[in-house]
Amino acid sequence: MKHEHAMTSPSEAPKKAGKAAFFDVDGTLISTNVVHAYGFYAMNTGNYLGIAKRSLSTLVNLPVFGVLNLVDRKIFNEYFYRQYEGLSEDRLFTLSRDLFTDVIKPAIFPRAQDLIDQARRAGCKVVLITGALDFTMQPLARHLGADDLIANRMQFVGGFATGKVIPPIIEGANKANVIREYCEAHDISLVKSFAYSDSASDYAMLTAVGRPTAVNPDLRLRALARSYNWPVLDLR
Amino acid sequence: MRPLKTLKKLYDDESHIITTEKGSPPRVMFYGEDFWVEDLPVGTRVICARPPLEGVPNLKAAIRYAINHPEGMDPLHALLKPGMKVTVALDDISLPLPPMKTPDVRQAVLEIVLELLADSGVDDVHLVIANALHRRMTEAEMKRMVGQTIFDAYYPDRYYNHDAEDPDGIVELERTSHNEVVAINRRAAESDLVIYVNINLVPMDGGHKSVGTGLTNYESLRAHHNPQTIRDSDSYMEPGRSQLHRSTERIGRVIDQHCKVFHIETTINNRMFEEPVGFLMKKEEDFTEFDRLKLQSFKYALSKMPRALKRKMFFNIYAPYEVTGVFAGATEPTHQKTLEMSWKQYSVPVQGQSDIVIFGMPYVSPYNVNSILNPLLVQVMALGYLYNLNRGVPLVKKGGVIIFTHPCYDEFDPEHHAPYIEFFNRLLPETRDAVKLEHKYEREFAKNPSYVHLYRKGHAYHGAHPFYMWYWGENGRQHVGKVIAAGAENNHVPAIMGWDRTDTLSEAIEEARGFMGRGASISFVKIPPILQTDVRL
Repeated sequence: MKHEHAMTSPSEAPKKAGKAAFFDVDGTLISTNVVHAYGFYAMNTGNYLGIAKRSLSTLVNLPVFGVLNLVDRKIFNEYFYRQYEGLSEDRLFTLSRDLFTDVIKPAIFPRAQDLIDQARRAGCKVVLITGALDFTMQPLARHLGADDLIANRMQFVGGFATGKVIPPIIEGANKANVIREYCEAHDISLVKSFAYSDSASDYAMLTAVGRPTAVNPDLRLRALARSYNWPVLDLR
Repeated sequence: MRPLKTLKKLYDDESHIITTEKGSPPRVMFYGEDFWVEDLPVGTRVICARPPLEGVPNLKAAIRYAINHPEGMDPLHALLKPGMKVTVALDDISLPLPPMKTPDVRQAVLEIVLELLADSGVDDVHLVIANALHRRMTEAEMKRMVGQTIFDAYYPDRYYNHDAEDPDGIVELERTSHNEVVAINRRAAESDLVIYVNINLVPMDGGHKSVGTGLTNYESLRAHHNPQTIRDSDSYMEPGRSQLHRSTERIGRVIDQHCKVFHIETTINNRMFEEPVGFLMKKEEDFTEFDRLKLQSFKYALSKMPRALKRKMFFNIYAPYEVTGVFAGATEPTHQKTLEMSWKQYSVPVQGQSDIVIFGMPYVSPYNVNSILNPLLVQVMALGYLYNLNRGVPLVKKGGVIIFTHPCYDEFDPEHHAPYIEFFNRLLPETRDAVKLEHKYEREFAKNPSYVHLYRKGHAYHGAHPFYMWYWGENGRQHVGKVIAAGAENNHVPAIMGWDRTDTLSEAIEEARGFMGRGASISFVKIPPILQTDVRL
């Protein structure tokens, strides 16, 4: 099935009716990232000893996260999400609303909503696609008026997080696969669709659609955007 | 008091045409951000601009006289009532070219109008730049245009750029008899009075085109900014023979029925350069030794400078334009006076067309002030503006050759011309057919959220604008048999555009003669300063 989706060629796509705008979230629409979110959960979960343990562990791991993020986003995700192990599902869902109000909402870039509104006026289905966890992103998706959210899903057993993400992990090249599958399932043309990201790690996702755009790009993505004549936006 | 000899030369029509002889001096022409000095073949007709008309001796008095003695309307002060809502719309940075020295004429008009409004108890005043789908002007450009005092008093809440993509900022009025969409800026539509402050650089500008084009949106512009309308216009520099203007007039009349619009139109002379580049205003026959020395010095300095620095330098040379007329009142009678003054400055009578026409291509167009003249803009200059600087009859014969001098570098400004980049690299290699481009891609670009965002929040031209640039050249493309880019530094830009290229002007002339025959007539149009040929057949 996956193989079939991967074979969707641009030449077939124009026959499809719809179009979508796929937005990466961290760094593209908001200035925070998955580590901020985990930090918030760590600071607000369990007893004082637990808070101290998780907070300290996060601090100690920060350089490791940084290096892994640079080396391989997939390994980073697997390693990072292990930190969630043992956290209560109920607590995480409850805290996600506070996280949105206290951390994520103030971090939304000032022009992000304008761009999303413009995509909707252009007839696009608005889809957020992010490596963050779904319960963390749902309030944001509702706030921005997104039609769909594609995010990582934490595995819970007996009401507690196992620290493992239900595959496929939404990152790098997998984002492109997921976008292809989404377009196939929703009768959306890849060629007519838009993708927005801030990072060169989303290169595959950007090249999967017909209308890629670099948003607040890092140096590598800015260079790529210049090479391929992609528009460059600044939402900050 | 000018000596008799000078006066005679100034008012002698025939002195604008020089036929090149064996001993004639080489001609100075722009080559982008450089100058070329070229010998032209014997017999080449060199067409020069008229000398600058005298400016009005007292600009403020002329403005006051115009608004107190308007055409077809009551004086401005009689239209004002305390508490009314007024919108003052201004032409954007695309006019004039090059940008004029401060104080800009718009500042001079505003200083008088805003004072009159304040004295009349009118406090609800907004200044809106009528930029249509052009890029938003930057804060610094806006300040330069109106001066520090007005800027401080009105920016940013009451002095801003028109936003053609603001879903709440546009009002659609009734359609014209030809079913053309009429849409204008909501603030203007809901005002008790709209005052439009115009600078008329060429006869294409002003009149109904001011509000109907400057304060509208994409849907309304589509009515006339399309390939068929351009093909049906003999020259859009002569409103009477232009389908484009017939459409804007229909739209403008609907606007005039719904809004009270008081136009203040200004004409300027063609004094585009002064010292140290004053030699650009002269015929080469009139050059002094000092002029030649300055020219050579400039050429040498330019040869040592990187292109970006040359661009920066040229955009810091402001034109010492003088205002030749101020006219105010209702749209049509006011604009009629403006057109008369405009033709008085620009019209150069020419006997007969030419097989080959040569233009020196300058560094600036209406769409790249403080930016790069990218390949699409080179195209619009050659086949849109320079080709159309006539009064209905083109200077070049049907099937003739246009030669222009420009490096045709493949450079785009990603901030100002983002949609141009995709248009040039993705669409033009597929087709140069303007109708096909319009049908297949225009709406896609116009509605592309990234381009709309860059237009609204950045300083980029709208997604539809590169299409307009291509349509603008449609008239010329349909008419000429060949276009040669002399001095093009690469092969691919001329190839994508459908032009030939040569290294030198001599080679270009040889190629054009090969195409049109050895006896082909040649004209060189010495622009800038601006002129418009009045071809008599």
